[in-house]
Amino acid sequence: MERVPILKIGDILLVSIQVDMSDQTAVQLQDDLAERIVATGCHGVIIDITALDIVDSFVGRMLSTIASISKVLDAETVVVGMRPAVAITLVELGLSLNGIRTALNVERGMELIAAAHADERELAFEDEPDTETTASS
Amino acid sequence: MALSTEEGNRLAGLLTGHAERVMQRWTEIVAASLRGRLSQGELRRQVQELHSSMITAGEQGAVDLDSEQATELRAVLSELSRGRARQGFSASETAVSVFALKEVLLELMEDEDGPHTLRDYVAFSGLIDQMGLFTFESFVRTRESLIADQAEQLLELSTPVVKLWEGVVAVPLVGTLDSARAQVVMERLLQTLVDTGSPYAIIDITGVPAVDTQVAQHILKTVVAARLMGADCIISGIRPQIAQTIVALGIEFGDIATKASLADALRHVLRLTGVETGRRQRREA
Amino acid sequence: MTAGVDLGQPQAQAIRSDEDVVRVRQLVRTVSVAVKLSLVDQTKVVTAASELARNTLVYGGGGMVEVATVDNGRRRGVRIVFADSGPGIVDLDLALTDGYTTGGGLGLGLSGARRLVDEFDIQTAVGEGTRITVTKWSR
Repeated sequence: MERVPILKIGDILLVSIQVDMSDQTAVQLQDDLAERIVATGCHGVIIDITALDIVDSFVGRMLSTIASISKVLDAETVVVGMRPAVAITLVELGLSLNGIRTALNVERGMELIAAAHADERELAFEDEPDTETTASS
Repeated sequence: MALSTEEGNRLAGLLTGHAERVMQRWTEIVAASLRGRLSQGELRRQVQELHSSMITAGEQGAVDLDSEQATELRAVLSELSRGRARQGFSASETAVSVFALKEVLLELMEDEDGPHTLRDYVAFSGLIDQMGLFTFESFVRTRESLIADQAEQLLELSTPVVKLWEGVVAVPLVGTLDSARAQVVMERLLQTLVDTGSPYAIIDITGVPAVDTQVAQHILKTVVAARLMGADCIISGIRPQIAQTIVALGIEFGDIATKASLADALRHVLRLTGVETGRRQRREA
Repeated sequence: MTAGVDLGQPQAQAIRSDEDVVRVRQLVRTVSVAVKLSLVDQTKVVTAASELARNTLVYGGGGMVEVATVDNGRRRGVRIVFADSGPGIVDLDLALTDGYTTGGGLGLGLSGARRLVDEFDIQTAVGEGTRITVTKWSR
C-alpha cells in the first residue's frame, strides 16, 4: 500500500497528495497525520490537493475528519489547491466540507494559518478565541 | 424503393445515352429555381458530378441509396447539401436540385414507348425521392452543426472574466443565463481564480434581465464551489425588481455578500483585504 | 441512426478490494477521455463511478463493473454498469435520500452519484443483488 508523505516546514505540516489514493491509503494518512501533529507540536496543517483529479465522499470525509482531529490537537488545517472541476463536482454531489478552511494555493494557505495563529496570540489573555470556522476565510 | 438490376442498368443507359441533353435541361431547371444565385459553371459542375455518380451507381447493378454501390452518390449528395447550407440556400432550394431530375426524365421518357416505360419512371422517381430526402437530411445536419458552432462562439464571446484589482476578478454577466451558459461562466470564473490566484470574485448581474430559481441556483453553486476552493464571491448589480423576485421566489442567498453596484462590491472587497493587510502589519510589528 | 452500445470493447473490472475501486476510477477516466467528455463531465462521472464502486464493495460484498462507450448518433458517452450479488436494497427511496446511510458513510453515494450523471437506473432485489447503470453524455 502506498503512503502519502508528510513534510514539516517550520511550524507547518505539509501534505501533498500526489496519487490516486485507495481508501486504505486515505485512512492511513489520517492516522499518520494525527501522530505527526502530536510528535512535532505543529500548529498548522496544509493539505495540498492540486494533483487530485477527483474528491469523492470518502476523501471528503477524510478531509473533514483530519480537520476535526487537528483542531482537537490545537492545529489549524487548510485544504489548498482544489481544482475547479473538483469543486463543481463536490457541489453537485452535495458535499460541503463543513468546518474545513480552504485556500487557493499553498502560499495563501500559509498566510491563513499565520493569521489564525497571530489572532490566537493576540487574544491569548482576552476572551475565548473565536473558534467558529467555515469553508471560507 | 430499390431499383432492380435491370432498372438500374436502364437508368444508367438513359443517363449515358442522353448525357448532354440531361445535363443541359437539369442545369436549366435548377438555375431557374435558384434565380441566378449560383454561377452557371458551378451549377453545371454539380449537375455533372451528380449525373456521373448516378451512372456509376446504376451500372453497378441494384441501386438502393443505402447500398454499398451508392457510396459515391451519397458522398456527392452530402457534399452538395453541405455547400448549399453554408452558402445560405434554403432546404427546399437544395432538394429541388435533385427533384429537377424527375422533370428531365419525364421529358426524355415521354418520347419512348417501351413495355417498361411507366414502371421504370415510377422506380426512378422513387430513387430520386430517396435522394431528395437524403439531401434534405444532410442539409439539416449541416445547419445544426453550424448553429451549434455559432452558439459555442457566442458562449465564448459573452463570458469575459476580468481582473479588477490585485486579487480581485469580476464577471459582468450580460443577457439571459441558461444552463449551458451558466456552466461555462462558472467554470471560466473558477479557472481564472486559480490562474490569477485571486481570493475574491465579483459576479455582477446588472446586465441580467431576469433571475429565476434556476439562474439563482447556478449563481449559488458557483459561490459554494469558489468557497470550496478558498475564494469568496460577492454578487453585485441586483436591480430592485430582481431583488423582489429573489424574495418572492424564496431564494436564500444565505451569508453571501450582495452589493447594489460593482463599485460597492469592489469597495467591500478592498476593505476586506485592507483589514487583512492591517492585521499582517500588526503581526510583523 | 440507432442508439446502442458500442460492443467493440466494453471493459470489465472486478471489484474485490480498495485497489479495485482505484482501478475503476482510472478505467472510467480513460474511457471518458476517449469519448471527449469535458473536464468537468469527466470529473463528475469518475466521482460517481468512485461512489458506486465503493458501494458495490462495501454493501454488495464486491462485484463487477463494465465500462462501455455509447453513441446515440448525435452524441457519444460512457455507460457504466455496476453489478453485485449482495443483499440488495430493502427501501430504494430511502437509499436514494441524501444523508441516509447504513454503512457509516456520509450517505451521499447513491443520491450524489445520481446527480452527477445524465441517466441513472437501478435494479435491486432483496437477497439477489443490485445492478446500477449510469450514463454520461458529451455536451
